[in-house]
Amino acid sequence: MPKRVGMEVSIGIAEAVKLCDVDVISAYPITPQTHIVEHLSELVANGELDAEFIPVESEHTAISVGAGASATGARVYTATSSQGLALMHEILFIVSSMRLPIVMTVANRALSAPINIWNDHSDIMAERDIGWIQTFAINGQEAYDLTFHAFRVAEDEKVQLPVVVNIDGFTLSHVIEPIELVEKELVDKYLPPRKPILTLHPDNPVTMGPVGIPEVYTEARKQLEVALMDSKEVVVKAWQEFKKIFGREYHPIETYKTKDAELIFVTMGSITETAMLAVDKLREKGEKVGLVYIRLWRPFPHEEFYNAIKKAKILAVLDRAISYGTNSGPVYTEIRSSLFDKKKKPYVQGFVAGLGGRDIPTERFFEMIEIARSAAEKGECPQYIHLDVKED
Amino acid sequence: MRVSALIPKYPEPETYMGHTHYCPGCGHATLHKLLGEVVDELGIRKRVIMIEPVGCSVLALKYLKFDGIQGPHGRAPAIATAVKRLRPESIVITYQGDGDLAAIGTNEIIHAANRGELFTVVFVNNAVYGMTGGQMAPTTLLGQKSTTTPTGRFAEFCGYPLRVCELLNTLDAPVYLERVSLFDVEHILKTRAALKKALLNQIEGRGFSLVEVLSNCPTNWKMTPEESWEFVKNEMTKVFPLGVFRDK
Ligand SMILES: Cc1ncc(C[n+]2csc(CCOP(=O)(O)OP(=O)(O)O)c2C)c(N)n1
Ligand code: SF4
Ligand SMILES: [Mg+2]
Repeated sequence: MPKRVGMEVSIGIAEAVKLCDVDVISAYPITPQTHIVEHLSELVANGELDAEFIPVESEHTAISVGAGASATGARVYTATSSQGLALMHEILFIVSSMRLPIVMTVANRALSAPINIWNDHSDIMAERDIGWIQTFAINGQEAYDLTFHAFRVAEDEKVQLPVVVNIDGFTLSHVIEPIELVEKELVDKYLPPRKPILTLHPDNPVTMGPVGIPEVYTEARKQLEVALMDSKEVVVKAWQEFKKIFGREYHPIETYKTKDAELIFVTMGSITETAMLAVDKLREKGEKVGLVYIRLWRPFPHEEFYNAIKKAKILAVLDRAISYGTNSGPVYTEIRSSLFDKKKKPYVQGFVAGLGGRDIPTERFFEMIEIARSAAEKGECPQYIHLDVKED
Repeated sequence: MRVSALIPKYPEPETYMGHTHYCPGCGHATLHKLLGEVVDELGIRKRVIMIEPVGCSVLALKYLKFDGIQGPHGRAPAIATAVKRLRPESIVITYQGDGDLAAIGTNEIIHAANRGELFTVVFVNNAVYGMTGGQMAPTTLLGQKSTTTPTGRFAEFCGYPLRVCELLNTLDAPVYLERVSLFDVEHILKTRAALKKALLNQIEGRGFSLVEVLSNCPTNWKMTPEESWEFVKNEMTKVFPLGVFRDK
């Protein structure tokens, strides 16, 4: 029987990274990522994990070390948040373009200014086009499981891309959740040692990421897009394999009580569990509502998303970030664009809430339902509504 | 005569507003107070623009009645460069921890010092990233425990403590570099004098000045305040010798 224990989610993630036998961990501390990396440094210090722990002087360096380590064929892990992720920006594209598998946990946190250490999705949404595979966990178990999945997918022969696993800062990173721990033997079965395709080795010299003149640059970027889009198949297969070995099931798009739902909420991350409570309460009142949550954000699973929502009349999309200057949130924009060519599609209403740690209680979902319904009836509404804003 | 009449009256502090959030015994609080006193003494409060860091002193501007900007982690010297050049009549101070100045912001401080920017740096070296929970900093002593070096810092993996005053002393431009500490009254008064000198250098237009203050972090060092000051006095000063490195 697998062991189910109460564990801080950050510690759970670090334990998962240990079971994956990483070779290199390079990081710079930033709240709320700190506990993951601190626990890993303990595991390295007490000999439980035979890895190179490199405590560098900034995130820009941390991810650059990651790039170098991955280029030598090592299994690489890092973690960050917010300003730290933003500081990595330049290197994030280089890592994906050079097809260097790295796994990074992002404990999602608001961006400055004003400085704020609490949760929203501004950090990762600003990095949505970096060419990395990106998944979202809704609870501690998922944060744990998605870590194994991330290594498996990143290092797959056909993929060779970096992966971000998003976990909400504090609401996941710092809470104690029940986590079913997995056996090392099973992890070894699921995740074979990395077999790098291209590595730095004097016997077989390669040059990674050299100058790309206009004659080749287009092709270099196109290969990244093709590789990322094609990775979906492997992402899904790796989840199927995960189910066979560990028993838990994951899909790119998940549904909750959507069968007969006329209105569907769309969420990402840990707020999903609150949304489930809201759906339950609304269902008790006889409302036909359901929930779709996006687990795989990049590559965006257009087909799976459409199949999950096509029967609904209204979608209420909750963004945890603003896409400044577009009058909308990034998830909302994505979904509208994804549905644009479909003949039959629901009315889509966007919402932004829960910025910088502002609480989103179930009542907020009741509010969303009212607004979305009346907007759909009138067919006119501002593209997105920012909930719970003090106007005076 | 009432006894209270015999007690000399001190002027109300103008700059330092007191009641900080720092842990009991933390050097940041003492240093804020000293900085406030020196600014009052020089009568420059209304001219000061302080760039506060990311670190435990992220709320410094809540306790010091200055104009100010919150710098992103490590970027205070770059912001200060611009503010001083565009508002030359103001007195620009950066207040930075060792994570801020000697890790993520190392390049900014070296280049600002090398250009001889006319601002004053208050550098608080407490050998640890205090705010994020006690991880190793570049200034952590060899063998010193932290949450990322649970068995102590080893040079083999983590290099050696970075000596900022000595490093900047290789540059031509800085006019004043001094390392001071806060572990007893005598040294607190020396720190006060150093802050005053560094600010006077700016007032008189002389050039880049930096005061490195060896401070403590009883919370993350897992010591009482008394033990932590003993550690500063007996261990830190061995690695980071006190004194004037540059005065020209
Ligand atoms: C780009 C970026 N990376 C990381 C952090 C997280 N962070 C906040 S304060 C800090 C270290 C502060 O240490 P120090 O400068 O020594 O100040 P102290 O708290 O010790 O006074 C770190 C790493 C951040 N805010 N921004
Ligand atoms: S954590 Fe350390 S540096 Fe921060 S306020 Fe407490 S004692 Fe001071
Ligand atoms: Mg410090």
